[in-house]
Amino acid sequence: MNSPPANAAEAPAGVVARLLDWSVVDGPGNRFVLFLQGCNFACPGCHNPHTIGHCDGCGACIPACPAGALAPAGGHIAFDPARCTRCDACLEACPAGASPMVRRMPVDEVLAALREALPFIGGVTVSGGEATLQLKFVVALFAAIRAAPDLCHLTCFIDSNGHLGPLGWARVLPVTDGVMLDVKAFDPTRHRALTGQDNARALASARLVAAAGKLHELRFLMVPGQTDRPEEIGALVALARELGGVPVRLNAFRRHGVRGPARAWPAMPRAGVEAAAARLAAAGITVRLPAVWAGD
Amino acid sequence: MSDLLRRIEAIVTDPALEPARKAHALAVAAENALPYPALDGDTRAALDARVICDMFEGHAPYRPRYVLPDYAVLMRQGSAHLELPPPQTLDEAISTLMIAYHHVPSVTGMPVYIGRLDALLLPFCEGVSDDALHRRLRLFWRYLDRTLPDAFMHANIGPADNRVARAILRVDAELKQVAPNLTFLYDPEVSGEAILRRCTDSIIACSKPHIASHPLHRAAFDARGYGIVSCYNALPLAGGASTLVRLNLAAVARLSRGADDFLAVQLPRHVALTARLIRARVDHLRNRSGFFASFLVAEDWIAPDRFAAMFGVFAMAEAVNHLQDLAGRPGRYGHDSAATALGQRISAELARLVAAEPVDGAWRGRALLHAQAGLSTDAGLTPGVRIPYGTEPDPVAHVRALAPHHAHYPSGISDILTLDETVRANPEAVFQLARGVLAAGFREFTANVAGNDLVRVTGYMIRLSDIARHAAGGGARSTTTPLGAEASALTGILDRRPRVIAHELAAGERR
Repeated sequence: MNSPPANAAEAPAGVVARLLDWSVVDGPGNRFVLFLQGCNFACPGCHNPHTIGHCDGCGACIPACPAGALAPAGGHIAFDPARCTRCDACLEACPAGASPMVRRMPVDEVLAALREALPFIGGVTVSGGEATLQLKFVVALFAAIRAAPDLCHLTCFIDSNGHLGPLGWARVLPVTDGVMLDVKAFDPTRHRALTGQDNARALASARLVAAAGKLHELRFLMVPGQTDRPEEIGALVALARELGGVPVRLNAFRRHGVRGPARAWPAMPRAGVEAAAARLAAAGITVRLPAVWAGD
Repeated sequence: MSDLLRRIEAIVTDPALEPARKAHALAVAAENALPYPALDGDTRAALDARVICDMFEGHAPYRPRYVLPDYAVLMRQGSAHLELPPPQTLDEAISTLMIAYHHVPSVTGMPVYIGRLDALLLPFCEGVSDDALHRRLRLFWRYLDRTLPDAFMHANIGPADNRVARAILRVDAELKQVAPNLTFLYDPEVSGEAILRRCTDSIIACSKPHIASHPLHRAAFDARGYGIVSCYNALPLAGGASTLVRLNLAAVARLSRGADDFLAVQLPRHVALTARLIRARVDHLRNRSGFFASFLVAEDWIAPDRFAAMFGVFAMAEAVNHLQDLAGRPGRYGHDSAATALGQRISAELARLVAAEPVDGAWRGRALLHAQAGLSTDAGLTPGVRIPYGTEPDPVAHVRALAPHHAHYPSGISDILTLDETVRANPEAVFQLARGVLAAGFREFTANVAGNDLVRVTGYMIRLSDIARHAAGGGARSTTTPLGAEASALTGILDRRPRVIAHELAAGERR
């Protein structure tokens, strides 16, 4: 009863940046989270820039590792988790925005890891990177979870930038319980500056997923001087209302983990986030705020 | 002037002690002026070296360490000795309990067990409105904290979901007091998930209650039942614990040449020495102290044969890591599977050895193994079989590493999961974690939520604001605040690592 359906065995393996046994910040309840490697946005404000690219085997990380956990292996990088001290020096050294610690995990291997954590979790979230870039793997994983009697009570969530097109959503939504969808900015020019891509597809995805009744929340990153402007918040309120009052999670930009020019951006002050939250609340929108207001 | 007189004078003239504390300290000094119960030379040497430790209970045990009266007897019969008729109303029931508590001794001088309060009070609540019940319990809770300010004092509720249990959880979360400590006895067959959710919501508010696995504890005791007291000790109801003696596993490891020597020679030798010390202390209490002539026995609040002897162990982590060092293996307890398995093997061996040591006068004639939660002076040593502070793995790995120990410690074993403040926004996660931990075979679920003023130290509650005030020389109303201050300064307990993923992958936005 624990073997996945036939299509799962044929599905490509997931390219996994990191796997968490549990997380309380990636959807409702405790969640098992797969961070999938690779992203089609290039946000200067990304907090996990090492999940954007794919390893090309250049080997720049090997001398950077103080623990000797990395070695060349026929054009790839061999990673020894037993030696790794999690100093992340390899991530700093990578010119491709990738990580030598990425693992390839077939669906059945993910299911085995999931079963280990089963008593403690309420569901699974695929995040990233941009999870929908590995759509075949995600569809196969979610289908396998739904088909397994011991796993089918778990909810399957996607954390996405919304760049997936309607055909992709049509494939994955039938096996998905909820989507957490980012809108990076409402002004198209600003969105392009913040992500390198147009926002029309993200906005279309929000409407499509909401119409399917599966939009768990809209996520909006507030960057001072950019996405905290009144017209941005006004557009956010309008979209949330149009979508039937979908909950909105406001995130505050922090410099933690950020590389490049965005290191010079100021952290988003709490007062600004709370002012935006008040506007949303006044419009009858449920707002979710950061649980912790750490200094930057 | 003799040392004893100098000690007494120092207590009498200490400006920081209130008169009642002076009286208690004087009693301790006087007791310790008596000779220790007779010990053989090997046991004496191990005690002096603190490889085994009597928890500084005193030289001449004259009352049990923990007393768990069966207050239901008092509710049913009243007390001839205290000239109390059986209570008829809620006010009378609470008043009767308030009187009773002052007649229940323990090693601290204050009661460690105040009853399974919902079961005791529910019969008196018919016709009492929810509002009246809430007001009455608030006053009761305030009284307990102000007159018996000792965080080892413990109330139990559950396993049934009922209005008194709910009112107590509400009052406790509203007042956020150090005392009393609170345990909900959870039985998935009886309690239902609604009250478990209510408990985990309270944990987010004030890190209380502690949630015990009722099916596991019930199976370890008998029909008259059990109670959870002090730092999560499970003991027979209508009895308690006569003494707690603990073995420092790290010290035993340091005496060993390796894991084989530890398991085959040093551990059996030191279990035997610990058992000798337990026998000497139980003998004094049972046969010399006169304690069991008490009205508590005559009126059947307690029965002499229901007092367990507790065999405590601590510093499992340091013991295993030392044995790993001796073998040249880098793997650490709680992280490396071989090291963790060695710890589990030590627990199983301890259970076997302790079960083979007869203890006359103890409940069921044997000592009960206990993973001891620590003393405020345990610098560099980890309580019980816990994973060292600040190095804990994620909660799932943590629970999997420790769950196999739980079967071996019937008189109590606890770990404290410290949860990052982000769980405040996701109460469902705490609920799922609690349910998972109990389903995994833990005897209890205990959590601190980062950012709460009220936190657990080794098992008792302190307010961080009280510790800060104590450190600034402000004195303390609670007897346990100075212990918490000492523990936080010496043992690094406040370094306990928050347990919700807080690395960059989870921090705020991700693209």
